[in-house]
Amino acid sequence: MTNNGRPRTLFEKVWDAHVVAQDEGAPAVLYIDTHLIHEVTSPQAFAMLRERGLRVRRPDRTFATMDHAVPTRQVDISLWPADAANQVRTLRENCRDFGITLFDIDGPVQGIVHVVGPELGITQPGTTIVCGDSHTSTHGAFGALAFGIGTSEVGHVLATQCLLQTKPKTFAITVEGELGKGVTAKDIILAIIARNGADGGRGYVFEYRGSTIRGLSMANRMTICNMSIEGGARAGMIAPDETTFAYLKGRPYAPQGADWDRAVAYWRTLATDEGATFDRELFIDATQLQPMVTYGTNPGQGVPITGRIPTVDELEDPAQRRSLVSALEYMGLRQGQPVEGLPVDIVFIGSCTNSRIEDLRQAAQIVRGRRVADGVWAIVVPGSKAVKAQAEAEGLDRIFQEAGFEWRGAGCSMCLAMNEDKAGPGKYVASTSNRNFQGRQGPGARSLLMSPLMAAAAAVHGRVVDVREML
Amino acid sequence: MQPFTTLTATAVPLRAENVDTDQIIPARYLTAVTRAGMGEGLFALWRYRPDGSLNPDFVLNDPRFAGAQILVAGRNFGSGSSREHAVWALTEYGFRAVISPGFADIFYNNALKNGLLPITLPEATVSALWDLLEAEPASLIHVDLAAQTVTLPTGEQAAFAIDPYRKHCLLHGLDDLGYLLSKEPEIAAYEARQPLALVHA
Repeated sequence: MTNNGRPRTLFEKVWDAHVVAQDEGAPAVLYIDTHLIHEVTSPQAFAMLRERGLRVRRPDRTFATMDHAVPTRQVDISLWPADAANQVRTLRENCRDFGITLFDIDGPVQGIVHVVGPELGITQPGTTIVCGDSHTSTHGAFGALAFGIGTSEVGHVLATQCLLQTKPKTFAITVEGELGKGVTAKDIILAIIARNGADGGRGYVFEYRGSTIRGLSMANRMTICNMSIEGGARAGMIAPDETTFAYLKGRPYAPQGADWDRAVAYWRTLATDEGATFDRELFIDATQLQPMVTYGTNPGQGVPITGRIPTVDELEDPAQRRSLVSALEYMGLRQGQPVEGLPVDIVFIGSCTNSRIEDLRQAAQIVRGRRVADGVWAIVVPGSKAVKAQAEAEGLDRIFQEAGFEWRGAGCSMCLAMNEDKAGPGKYVASTSNRNFQGRQGPGARSLLMSPLMAAAAAVHGRVVDVREML
Repeated sequence: MQPFTTLTATAVPLRAENVDTDQIIPARYLTAVTRAGMGEGLFALWRYRPDGSLNPDFVLNDPRFAGAQILVAGRNFGSGSSREHAVWALTEYGFRAVISPGFADIFYNNALKNGLLPITLPEATVSALWDLLEAEPASLIHVDLAAQTVTLPTGEQAAFAIDPYRKHCLLHGLDDLGYLLSKEPEIAAYEARQPLALVHA
């Protein structure tokens, strides 16, 4: 793959390195280095393989775990709801029959696929990663090209290790400056989506750049890339650097010895070249950001904590007006209402966006020595068994439980309410997850998306507050 | 995959933007291990009341739109989750095409792989179509994939864009897998030359 000396972006380098074939008038055949699968979107793909008599082409590049439907309170599968148990048993059977490594809930390693992949070192810079889950964009934090696919495409990758893909356009999002106290990665990405719209990234791959991004930990970078899809982009990427390499070194699936040195030398070449151009650009001044809260039913409907819900008159676009009216009707909120003080019935700390150890440490820092407000149901769902064990080793579980939080097993849980963790109709959920769609966290549930710091503060006060006043 | 050539059908006006895949089919309907049965969960939160009865206020339950095979929705249709179940739910219910000013990328791809034609038309055309369908629910819309046109009930024609490869597959009912399997020699050659740094330890 020659580039004729033309400066290229991070995305273009990874894309170019994976084009297997490109026929005239057809999309590219793109090679997939790593395929992650889970119990909900894979069974129909395996059924297709069986129907057509196909094998999994590269079981060694395919990794499975169970996260979406699994209960977080009960590990004994015989006590599970029949449908969740059936999906998990089907995944076990498929992994056994096709020779795929499975990180089973019965074993020492398991959790949300986008938490487990990075912590095992399966997620590596410069690779292509797919999964039948839209939050696969998370892995772009390592400089991988990672995106969600449908079940038909899961079947294509199982059978051929390739996908037919039309090349997306590039979109640079540059974040510069120092974040204020109490302002986190979650607030950066919620602000980007509020600015650029829930569909502003359609057809693009985001590259997050600038001094603020470079200063973030891997967990925080994952939080940002995770929600690229909420901004309409299938993928978001961050150039790998010393922070990336330090995170990966020594992880079980990371290269070792001489292979490590060779890999790092290659990874260092991936950053966007000086002079490379993007199809679109957006600049964010990090010094002006505040903690963010969503008030509506799409992730673009968010404002700073000191702000208020817009009024219909303030919006020019008829579609946005319609969205606002229907969102406020569903949410039971008023035009022009300040977001500080919004009611909170339930607090959910978890999800592939914010369930890593750094997220739990932040929330625990607020909760320590305080109590969950009367009438609030608060749960913490660690992203993986490893996160849970680490948190327990640090005593975070005790901090949460003493404050009145429930401390659960690893999984997706109330982010999408596939298991028993559901918010009731009309309940307001201060949630660290990624989607505030109608009914996402349970039929009739009303989601208010925010950072772990803000969600912890909301748990203590029983309403949305400015966490900066508690720091 | 069922081929898509032309379609003449009535249409349902769904006056909503950002219809995400959780609305199209809520997560609790995703617990099956087969494709069948998803039609029941289509728009479940809007179609059914909490007691499970049909919600008469939701447009899909309006008997005037029964049998419609085209859905006309606002921008950013199919955003959110990658669940292909959303497409299976739409096709099992009987939809063959969705018209919107814009589709989320993953949904758009999933639709094409199941013979559901996503048609992108300008916001103003969609808005006019809503008015027209609400006034005249029996209006017929004609879609011609080969010509890439939609003939509106007014007789006006609107052109839409589609990738030539995707169009070819839809017209002939082909899926990607056959094409990808035919690339086996190129795939093997690629693997043989792939940089070691891209191979797992």
